[in-house]
Amino acid sequence: MASLELKNIVKRYKSQTVLDNLSLTVADGETLVLFGPSGAGKTVLLRLVAGVIDPDEGKIFIGGDDMTDVDAEFRGVGMAFQNFALFPHMSAFDNIATPLEAKRSSPGAIKAGVESVAKLLKIAHVLSHKPRALSNGQKQRTALARALVGSPPLLLLDDPLRNVDAKLRFEMRLELPRLLADRGATVVYVTQDYKEAMALGDRIAVMSQGVIRQLGTPEQIYREPANIEIARLFGDPTINLLDVKPSRDAKGIYVGLSNVQVHLSGAYDAAVGRDCVIGLRPEALSFVEEGIPGAIPVTVEAETPLNEKIVTLVRTVRGREILVSRPAGTPGRSEGKAHIAVDGKSALLFDHASGDRIGSKNVVALRNGEAA
Amino acid sequence: MEHTSLLERILRGIALTLVVIFFMFPIVWIFMMSFQTNETILRIPPQLIFEPTLANYTALITGKLMTAAGTLDIAFMRNLGNSVFLSVTSVAVSLLLGVPAAYAFARHKFRGSEDIAFTLLSFKFAPALLVLLPLTLYFQKLGLANTYIGLIWVYQLICLPLILWIVRGYFEDIPADIEYAYRIGGHSWFATFRKIALPLAGPGIAAAGLLAFIFAWNNFVFALVLASADKQPVTVGALAFITSSGIQYGQISAAIVLSITPTLALALYAQRYLVEGLSLGAVKG
Repeated sequence: MASLELKNIVKRYKSQTVLDNLSLTVADGETLVLFGPSGAGKTVLLRLVAGVIDPDEGKIFIGGDDMTDVDAEFRGVGMAFQNFALFPHMSAFDNIATPLEAKRSSPGAIKAGVESVAKLLKIAHVLSHKPRALSNGQKQRTALARALVGSPPLLLLDDPLRNVDAKLRFEMRLELPRLLADRGATVVYVTQDYKEAMALGDRIAVMSQGVIRQLGTPEQIYREPANIEIARLFGDPTINLLDVKPSRDAKGIYVGLSNVQVHLSGAYDAAVGRDCVIGLRPEALSFVEEGIPGAIPVTVEAETPLNEKIVTLVRTVRGREILVSRPAGTPGRSEGKAHIAVDGKSALLFDHASGDRIGSKNVVALRNGEAA
Repeated sequence: MEHTSLLERILRGIALTLVVIFFMFPIVWIFMMSFQTNETILRIPPQLIFEPTLANYTALITGKLMTAAGTLDIAFMRNLGNSVFLSVTSVAVSLLLGVPAAYAFARHKFRGSEDIAFTLLSFKFAPALLVLLPLTLYFQKLGLANTYIGLIWVYQLICLPLILWIVRGYFEDIPADIEYAYRIGGHSWFATFRKIALPLAGPGIAAAGLLAFIFAWNNFVFALVLASADKQPVTVGALAFITSSGIQYGQISAAIVLSITPTLALALYAQRYLVEGLSLGAVKG
C-alpha cells in the first residue's frame, strides 16, 4: 500500500519546461488517470515517479517516504510502457519473471507467481514464446503481467492500450478496473482516450503543457469542465459550442438561440452582457414538437445511427450546425424541419475570452440538489 | 514469395556466377599456386593442369626453406602463432575496454562526451607512419619495444576506435524504455547492462570484434617497426620469402592460404550469428 505525493515538480529539457511546478496527491488504493494530449508531460511525469529520470526541482514521496533521490530499482513500483518495452531476447515467461528474480525469489515461487498472473491475464499458453512471436494483444498483456507480478504497491501504466486494436482495447477497458481493484494497488494511469479515462479513473487529472488544468472525478470533469478545452476533450460526439450573450428578464437569465429564449438554471449573474460560449452536450438536446416553449426550429442535415445511440446533425436558422444525440429507439426526426429543446440545467457557460467556465459553484449545488 | 520467371532466374544465376568468379579468382589462383613449385608457377603460358606438390606446406611447417642457394630457416609457424596471439589478445582487450566505454557514450551524455568519443575516433585518421617514430622512441625508453604488451597496446589504436564506434551505435539503437523496464523491475544498472544491453547489442559486438580482428591480423607496419623476428606476425614474416635466390611464390601462396584460413573460418562462423542477430530486431511493439 502506498500513496503518492508530488510536490512542486519542475522538469526542463534544455530551455523547454515540460512540467511546471506540478503538485499532485494520489491516495492509497486510488486510481488516478492522467489525461491530456501528447506533449502534455504525462509520460515524463510517470518516468519521474518511476525514477528513471530526475526532476530539476521538487520532491516525490511514495508511501510517505521521500524517494526523490532513490534509484529506480529501490522504489518498488511496477510500470507498463506504451510500447510494451519487452525484452526481445527473453521468452514471455522470463520477461514476466524479471521483477521476481530481482527479489531473489526461489525458482518455485517465481514459477508460481508468473503462472498465476499469466492465468489472470489469459496468456498462460504463450509463456514460452519470444516477444516477436506474440500478437500485439499478447505483448500488451505480457507487459502488464510484468508490471503486476511483483504486486507493487504503486502501479504506473503508461497508455498500455494505445497500441492494441479497438476490440481488445474495449475488452481491457472492462477487465482492467476489476483487475486493478483486486490488487488494491495505487495506480497512475496515462491515457489519451477519454473513454478509458472515464472508465478507469477514480479521479482524472487533465494535463496540458506541463500543468494540471483540472483534477476531479470523471463525473465532475464531464459535467463541470474547467474550460472549453476540457469540455471538448470529453464526450463523443463532441460538445456543441455556440457564441452567445446572456441577458436577463423576469424569469431569470437566458440566452438567445435562433431568436428563442433559452433560460438557464443556476446563477449566471456575472455572465450577463458578456461575450460567452454556451456548451450543449448532444445528449442534453432533444427533439420536441413545435409550439413547446423554448423549441428551436432546425433543419435536419444528416443522421448517423451508432447502434446504441443516434447522432443527428441539424442546422439552425442562423446556419449553425449542432449535433443531437438520442438513445436508439427513441423518437426523433431523420429529415426535414424539426424542433429541438435545450435542457437548461446541463448547459455549460464559458467565458469567450478566457475559455474558463462561469459559475462552477452553482452547478455543483444543482447536482447536489438532484442527488437529494 | 514473388514469382520469378525462368529467364530471370537464369540471368540472375549468370550475374551471380560472374561476381563470384571475379572475387574468388585471386583466392583460387593462390590456392592452386600453393600446390606448385616455383618452376611450374613461372611457366609461360600459365597452365591449369599440373602435378600437385605439398612441398610448400612441408617447408612452412618444418621451417626449412630449400632454395637454390641452400637451406634457409624460416619462422613461419611462429609468425602465425604470433598473429593469432596478438590479434586475439588485442581484440579481447579492446572489447573489455571498448564495450563498457561505448555503453557509457551511448547512454550517459555528459559534458565533453562527444569530444572524447571523437578524439578516440580520430586516432584512426592519423597515418600509422606519423605515429610510429615518436612511438618507437617512447617504447624504447619505456622498455616496451619488442614486447607483446607493447604491440598489443599499439594494436589498440586499430581495434579500440572501431569497436567503440560500432558498438556505441548498437547500444543507441536499443530503446531506453527496455532498460528502464528492467531497472524498474528492481535490477541495478550493472545487471541491466549485463542482462539487457549486452545480449541485445551482441550481434553488433560480434561484428565489431570480427572487423577489429581482421584489421589487427592484417596490420603490417606497426609490427614491422616495433617488433623483431620472434614477435612478428605473418604479415611481416612473409617478407622472409623474398630471398637472395628469388621470390618463393609457392611458399608465399601456401603462407597466404594458411594465414587467411583463421580469418575466413571466423568470418564464416560469425556470419551465421550476425544474420541471426540482425533479424532479432522487432524491439518495438
